[in-house]
Formats: sequence, C-alpha cells, structure tokens
Amino acid sequence: MNKPFLRPPSGQNSLRNQPDDRGRFGFFGGRFVAETLMPLVLQVEHAYEAARRDASFQTELDLYLKNYVGRPSPLWLAERLTRQFGGAKVYLKREDLNHTGAHKINSCMGQILLARRMGKTRIIAETGAGQHGVATATVCALFGLPCTIYMGAVDVERQKPNVFRMKLLGAEVKAVESGSATLKDAMNEALRDWVANVHDTYYLIGTAAGPHPYPQMVRDFQCVIGNEARAQMQEAEGRLPDVAIAAVGGGSNAIGLFHPFLDEPSVRLIGVEAAGHGIDTDKHAASMARGKPGVLHGNMTYLLQDADGQIQEAHSISAGLDYPGVGPEHSWLFDSGRVSYVPVTDDEALEAFHLCTVKEGIIPALESAHALAHVAKIAPEMKPSEIILVNLSGRGDKDIFTVAAHSGVTL
Amino acid sequence: MSRIATRFAALKREGRGALIPFLEAYDPDLATSTAILHGMSEAGADLIEIGMPFTDPMADGPTIQRAGQRGLKAGATLLGTLAMVRVFRERDDTTPVILMGYLNPIVAYGAERFCADAAAAGVDGLIAVDLPPEESDLLAPYALNHGLDIIRLVAPTTDEARLPLVLSGASGFIYYVSITGITGTRSATGADLSAGIARLRRATDLPIAIGFGIRSPAQAAEATGIADAAVVASALIETLAKDLDEDGHARPGTAERVLDQVRTLANAVRATRVAA
Repeated sequence: MNKPFLRPPSGQNSLRNQPDDRGRFGFFGGRFVAETLMPLVLQVEHAYEAARRDASFQTELDLYLKNYVGRPSPLWLAERLTRQFGGAKVYLKREDLNHTGAHKINSCMGQILLARRMGKTRIIAETGAGQHGVATATVCALFGLPCTIYMGAVDVERQKPNVFRMKLLGAEVKAVESGSATLKDAMNEALRDWVANVHDTYYLIGTAAGPHPYPQMVRDFQCVIGNEARAQMQEAEGRLPDVAIAAVGGGSNAIGLFHPFLDEPSVRLIGVEAAGHGIDTDKHAASMARGKPGVLHGNMTYLLQDADGQIQEAHSISAGLDYPGVGPEHSWLFDSGRVSYVPVTDDEALEAFHLCTVKEGIIPALESAHALAHVAKIAPEMKPSEIILVNLSGRGDKDIFTVAAHSGVTL
Repeated sequence: MSRIATRFAALKREGRGALIPFLEAYDPDLATSTAILHGMSEAGADLIEIGMPFTDPMADGPTIQRAGQRGLKAGATLLGTLAMVRVFRERDDTTPVILMGYLNPIVAYGAERFCADAAAAGVDGLIAVDLPPEESDLLAPYALNHGLDIIRLVAPTTDEARLPLVLSGASGFIYYVSITGITGTRSATGADLSAGIARLRRATDLPIAIGFGIRSPAQAAEATGIADAAVVASALIETLAKDLDEDGHARPGTAERVLDQVRTLANAVRATRVAA
C-alpha cells in the first residue's frame, strides 16, 4: 500500500518538501547540539530515513495505529456549535478519541517502533502537562521498555493525576528543579540524561521541535491527522475545507493537520498561539507574535527571550502550550506567510472550553479550546457555505482541576 | 602568532602542559569574579576560560547551572563579560582568554558584532557548546575575520568517520570532552583518556585540552601528562559555592580560596613533565 504521509512530494514548488539536507526549514531548524550528542542525532536521522523508506515499518505502524490507538479518529460535524456561531460549518477532527486522549500517541507509536528498530533498550522523554509523558509511558508499557520521564517540579505539583498515571504505567518520573522547573527545563534535563546514556537510550521528543530529524519525524507521524481529515472531508463534503485551525505550543498537532494542506492555496491555515493574560503583558506563550529567532533545544526558531538572548518564562493556562519556543517549521511557515498565527487569551480559551462542552458534549483539552476560541471569532463572519476544520487535539479531562480552580470550585 | 599558539609553544619548550581554570562571569557578583579572573594568572593559570551565563545550559551539570543562574542574577550580560576581559587585558596582555557559552546570547548580540567586540576586548578563542561543525557557518566566518580561534569539542562519541569534519576549521586547540555526560559529574579513567587522546593525536597537530571530570590536582597532572592541557571548572565552582553565605553572597576571601585551589592544581601540573 502506498502511503503518502511518510513520503512528502519532492517537487520544486511544493511547500511540503522541507526540510533540506541540513534539517533546515529555510533559516529555521538545524542541529544545534553538543558534539557528544551529534553522532546520536545523526544515528536517529539515518535510522528514520531507512525506516520511512521501508514498507514493513509503515505496515507495522499502521497496524498499531488502527488496533491500539483506535485510528482513524472521526471527523465530527459540530452542528450546535455551527448554529451558535451562525456562519461557517464547523468540523472537529476528534484526536481526543485516541487512546490516552490526545494526538501525542501518534508520534509516540512511530518513535517507539523506531527505537526498537535501533535496538535501544531505554526510553526518556520530557513532559509539561504530562500528556506526552503518559503517552510515552503507555507505549513503553506496551513494549516492555523501561522509561524515565522528566517533568518540571512546578508541573509535577500542578499535574498530580498525570504523574500518578505515568507511575501506574511503570515509568520513573523525575522532578526537575533546575532553572524555572517547567517544560523547557525538563527538556534540558532529558538532553543531559541522553548525553550521559548515549549507548542504550532513545530520546522520545514530544513535539515537532528539537534537533533534526525530530521536527520532520514528529511532523510525519502526526500527518496522519491531516491526511485522514482531508479524505474524510472529501467524503463528507466533496471538497476541501476553507479554513483549517489548530493550537500551537511546540506545534505537533498543528503541523500534522496543516502539512497535507500546505500546497492547497484555497485552504487558509491558522495556528493559534497561547496569549495567556495578553500578548502585551509579560505572561503569554506567543513565541511568534512576540519572540525573536534564536537557538534553543537543538533548533533555530522563534523564542521568547530578552534583549540579551536569555530565555524567558512562558505562561498559558494550558500547560501543553506553556513553552517559550515553537517547532521550526512553524517559524518558517510564519515568515513565509503561508500560515497565519493568531493569539488567544486564557479567558477566551476558557469560554470556548465551556461552550464546546455544553453545546457538543465534548470536553476539549484547554490546548484545543484555544483553537475553538478563534473559530468563535471568525465563523460568524463566514458564509454558511464555507467550512472550518478544527483539530480537537485532546480531551479535557486532565484540565478539569485547572478549570475548577478558575471557576472558584474546589474538587 | 596568536596568544593561544604563543602560549602553547612556550609551554612545549618548558616541557609541561597547561592548566586552564574556568570561572563563570559575574558568579556570584562582578567584583568577586573580576578578582578571581585577575588573580588567576598569578596563581598559575596558563590559559583562562570564562563561562558566559545562559538560562538553559544543556551540557552542564548542576554546579555550572547554578553558577550561571547566580551570574544572571548578578546582572551578567555578554557586554559585561567582554568588559571584564577588557579590564583584565590592561593588566595582562599574554594569558589567553577563551569564552565558553551557548549560541543564543551570541545570536541575540549579533554574531558578527560579537566577534568584533570580543576580539577588540582581548578575547582569543570561542567555544560555543551547542554549535557543531554542521552549523558553524553561523559563527566561524566572523570569528576567522576577527582573528578569534574557534575551539572545537571532540567527544568519545565522535567516530573516525566524523573526526575530520570536526577538526576541519578548528584552531587554537582541541577541547576533548573526556566523558559522555555533562560537566561536573564523573571522570574518565586514565586508560580511556590515553586511548582517546592517541586517536586524536593521529588526526591533528593542534594542542589538545582535556575537560569534563578533572577535579583533583592528581587528575590535572594525569591529564597534562597525556594531553597538552587540563580544564578544571566544576571543582573550582564548588569551592566558590561552598564559601557563599546563606544569601548566596561572597564572603571576604572567597576569591582567594578559589585562587588557592588554582595554585594547588597549577603546582601539580607544573610538576608533571611531558614525555618528549
């Protein structure tokens, strides 16, 4: 079976043939790691190149995605939300219905199969809210591999249920006290672990960022979202959507949705950044709206940083968007103008969270609620004949404590 | 000839290796780190490495991470670090100074302007930890234009196929990362070091410094017996950190205690003759 999603087209005029041989998306991306790690990063690159050309790898992955993850995920016409907004038709791509409740498992499944092919016997990962940590611990349990999850001490405290889930699944959770003790520090600590355990360890990165080949590889594994949605939309409507929208933290769910549509000029692509308390405050996570290009965690990309190049704290009510950088392909798509990136605040996301819950009976992740909040802004201005495709990247069960706290409710 | 080449040539004539002590700029404050810098050559430093604080030092262990955080809290910037070197150069025009750090602050400063300003301040070489040869066009051309050496890291994981690429465009000296791991955690065995350095010697004529895991005078002596220089960082910073008061401030004599340790290390290195 010829699967398109691990083999992007190679035409000169395609936006889908990035990155180049150096792992660059235009100016962004690359491999900015210490020499000790460089041979490992190259090893992952070569192993991934071989795997994606190997039909048996694809067949194996497809089988796990179908029978374990539960793919394909449905495309849902949200009729009550559509009526509420009074404009464009709104479709939700239901990544929340995947095993473990979010899109993260798509890439974890691909990467764990790669790690096994590479003969690696130990897995490490970073996590912010704990969703990627849970997905990683899940695939490690499935294949009987030991795993260590790095999580900022601040996040360990505010995401206790996910910490317990990871432990139930057999993972070791290490609280990271260094730096600001959040996601970026967890990633630093995972890189430090990798450098010290180069021979047996595979670093399973959670988003489409980090040194090449991770941004490309994670994107390729997440493209299952956009490829399925595209085919499902053709089936339901006989055409492509007018707008595709997704939330962007590191940006893996968004790039997975957007990539199959990049060469379709009729499809407007919109990434939603977390504006926290507002992009003109010092509490947001809008690295493209307010950051500058720089180097962190192995790639050149837009980063929240001060004038001296020191990395700043990000803030978002959604822990999954609470990161001061973004995947390098988004930086490139932002600079080239192919994708528009817009900010949505904590309050706007919360409002969309409640609206989706009561109108559709779907509790969305706070990340996904950011995308829905922008739909609420643009759908009323669009014609009923137009279509918006939203990536509902995860379910919101993990967020009920945050939402309760915001509503003054003690659980 | 550059200060680095001149210094290594002189030490070769003397028949001994070099001690390269490390300090983090502005740790715990500008005055103390300046006092350490100024006292280092008299205490026996042959070259000096200055760390440029960064919020996210991914190759460093807890000791240097905390040093960087103290430095940043004390107001460290690249501009301030270059000013430290400029003042040092008014007193000492021969001891080579190498800046070690991460790429992002340099990118934010502007790589070309940074190389120009660093050279003008009297810096001799740069180590950008997260800049492998594959990405070096971001910095190396400007360093070359301004006469700054780009000091490349070679690790135990750097295989034979990759070594020529890493060595191409390297100048000053080669920094051999003696362990697979982060700074200040564990140490390589003498046998591992000998094998690693012998492999490097076959591939380059540049002087070789060993870093990561050198803590004691005996280890420094052993390293300079095998290679051309020993870098000591975390062990010195631990001495500084232990001497700080409960608020993280320096006490009278903090700089002197660090320099005493440099003296002990230097004596061990000076007592070790290199096999001709």
